[in-house]
Amino acid sequence: MIVFLQQLINGLSVGAVYALIALGYTMVYGILRFINFAHSDVFMVGAFCGFYFGRWETGHSLAGGLLVMVMAMAVCALLGIIIERLAYRPLRGSSNLAVLITAIGVSLFLENAGQLVFGADPKPFPPLIPERNFTSPAGLTISSNQLLVFAVTGVLLIALQWIVMRTKIGTAMRAVAFNHQAAALMGINVDLIVSFTFGLGSALAAAGGILYGLNYPSIDPYMGVLPGLKAFVAAVLGGIGNIPGAALGGLLLGLIETFVKGSRLSTYSDAIAFAVLILILLFRPAGLLGKFQVEKV
Amino acid sequence: METKRLTVSRLSLLLGLLLAAGCNKSNPTPGSGGTDPIKIGEFASLTGKEATFGQMSHDGTELAVQEINDQGGVLGRKLQLLTEDDQSKQGESKTIARKLISRDGVIALLGEVASGRSLEAAPVCQEAKIPQVSPSSTNPKVTEIGDYIFRACFTDAQQGKALAQFGLNTLKAKKMAVLIDAGTPYSVGLAASFKDTYLPGGGTIVAEERYTSGDKDFRAQLTAIKAANPDALFVPGYYTEVGLIARQAHELGLTAPMFGGDGWQSGQLVPIGGVAMDGDYFSTHFSPDENSPAVQKFVRDFQAKYGQTPDAMAALGYDSAALLADAIKRAGATDNTKVRDALAATRHFAGVTGDITINEHRNAVKPLVILQIKGGEFHSFQKISPD
Repeated sequence: MIVFLQQLINGLSVGAVYALIALGYTMVYGILRFINFAHSDVFMVGAFCGFYFGRWETGHSLAGGLLVMVMAMAVCALLGIIIERLAYRPLRGSSNLAVLITAIGVSLFLENAGQLVFGADPKPFPPLIPERNFTSPAGLTISSNQLLVFAVTGVLLIALQWIVMRTKIGTAMRAVAFNHQAAALMGINVDLIVSFTFGLGSALAAAGGILYGLNYPSIDPYMGVLPGLKAFVAAVLGGIGNIPGAALGGLLLGLIETFVKGSRLSTYSDAIAFAVLILILLFRPAGLLGKFQVEKV
Repeated sequence: METKRLTVSRLSLLLGLLLAAGCNKSNPTPGSGGTDPIKIGEFASLTGKEATFGQMSHDGTELAVQEINDQGGVLGRKLQLLTEDDQSKQGESKTIARKLISRDGVIALLGEVASGRSLEAAPVCQEAKIPQVSPSSTNPKVTEIGDYIFRACFTDAQQGKALAQFGLNTLKAKKMAVLIDAGTPYSVGLAASFKDTYLPGGGTIVAEERYTSGDKDFRAQLTAIKAANPDALFVPGYYTEVGLIARQAHELGLTAPMFGGDGWQSGQLVPIGGVAMDGDYFSTHFSPDENSPAVQKFVRDFQAKYGQTPDAMAALGYDSAALLADAIKRAGATDNTKVRDALAATRHFAGVTGDITINEHRNAVKPLVILQIKGGEFHSFQKISPD
């Protein structure tokens, strides 16, 4: 029973990281109907921002750690806006495939530029905040970093849902999602909204990168590839474009993976996790929380 | 269809011409005497995932070549080291080995650190009958490729056996948990040879879990291991994952000592693993705090040239070049067959990693060292000689 509960905690903490990255994927998709494959590499850049900014933050206080995170989020928001301006905006209006290929190109560019700038070998991520382990009398343990992941994911999830659903800019984002031209005719500055969406998504990726670095303090230019893929799957699982769905998908994927890894079948964890994904998509093609839309003729 | 075929044949013709031109330009006359330098090829992971290993190994090799040349070279000729980076990528080393052999005309190849990539280049060397000396690929399969493939390090079989003896006799662990990297032949092979000695020696394996290199979260497997309550935890993996494993084991309250093989050795291990690594052990090829004059001279020279303390990879890189130079000297020629025969006849060669004898399987028979991590540093703990 203790083992089961411990695995539950383990699984949820893995899932929370997937959920956090998936939020960025799903939001950009929701607004622009386009999968930003460079998202997982912005995530990597975020982690490296934390690595370099962390050198100035030697006090290891919670406030200092959060400041580093906010700074990294700002840098990556800027990076996201620049990527959109240089790589995606010139292609707006061309086929989805062209933009998708460009996104893969940007992703490869960031990975290889990362190797050049940061070096290829894994770097130890600094402990930005004081670390503690909490152990229950029965032997259940959770670390302060895991708790921080839950807290930040929760806060960002609610904040994002609020921005998209309750604010003026969120209304504009949904209007752009619905129809670019019509939104422009209504006086919405589409370029500004798209830039904002990318900035927001990239800031989320940076937060994810830093939390990932804190939890697994070994970072390298390819660190985003695998979690990015899993997060993408989580977003599809939850219903891509749907914000609570991304969180649900992430947690579910983390749990399945952890329980399989803790069993005799540990090497099959990815295979089983993806088999579950296929099964769910067979019965709910739009994902768990996604709305199935009938194409109107 | 017709035009397509025509284009293809034209293309291949063009390619052939280009290749031929390329060969003519830089193809030396191999085996010619005189005072031309003797060309030795090296392929190493200078960038990419195993870059910390590859860089150290390369620095050691470079130092050995420099020292040999400073003493007048071999057979009155200087050694020339041609180094290529395989970026730690599967698939690269084969191409590089081909290039070094056919285009640059090297008489022997040194490389690689990772067994996977040595295994890729070995068939190319065997086919071309060019001796290959791997500095630190410990997987047994490497030298099984053919009679031109050698190594300067001990094998995983020897290492696994020594680690099992260490677990049984020194740690006195009767209940063992094993956490294997299912993604690398190194880890799987080391675990298998460990079990071959550990199980008949009276130990039981209470938990056997697996992960894949590149994984970051091991809490699921470690929770299962903790539930089995082992006396010790054997982790035959690479340092990138081992540091994270130690950290997460510590967080989960798993207090059994951890130990593993030479894949642990890296300056990055302790920064990643932190205090969680204190008191853990690993086996390796070389300890810089050993007192022999040869070792101390090597450590001094290495520090003077590169500004850091050499690790096992550096020492093996050094020994691989020294072994080859010694063989060329004894062969009295640079012919591939004579160099091969001389390498195979190496007996009690005094390397910085100890006394090296090449056995009939072209493996190095030599002592190994157990290091303990204390206060973030590696300290000699025990030396295990081959029997």
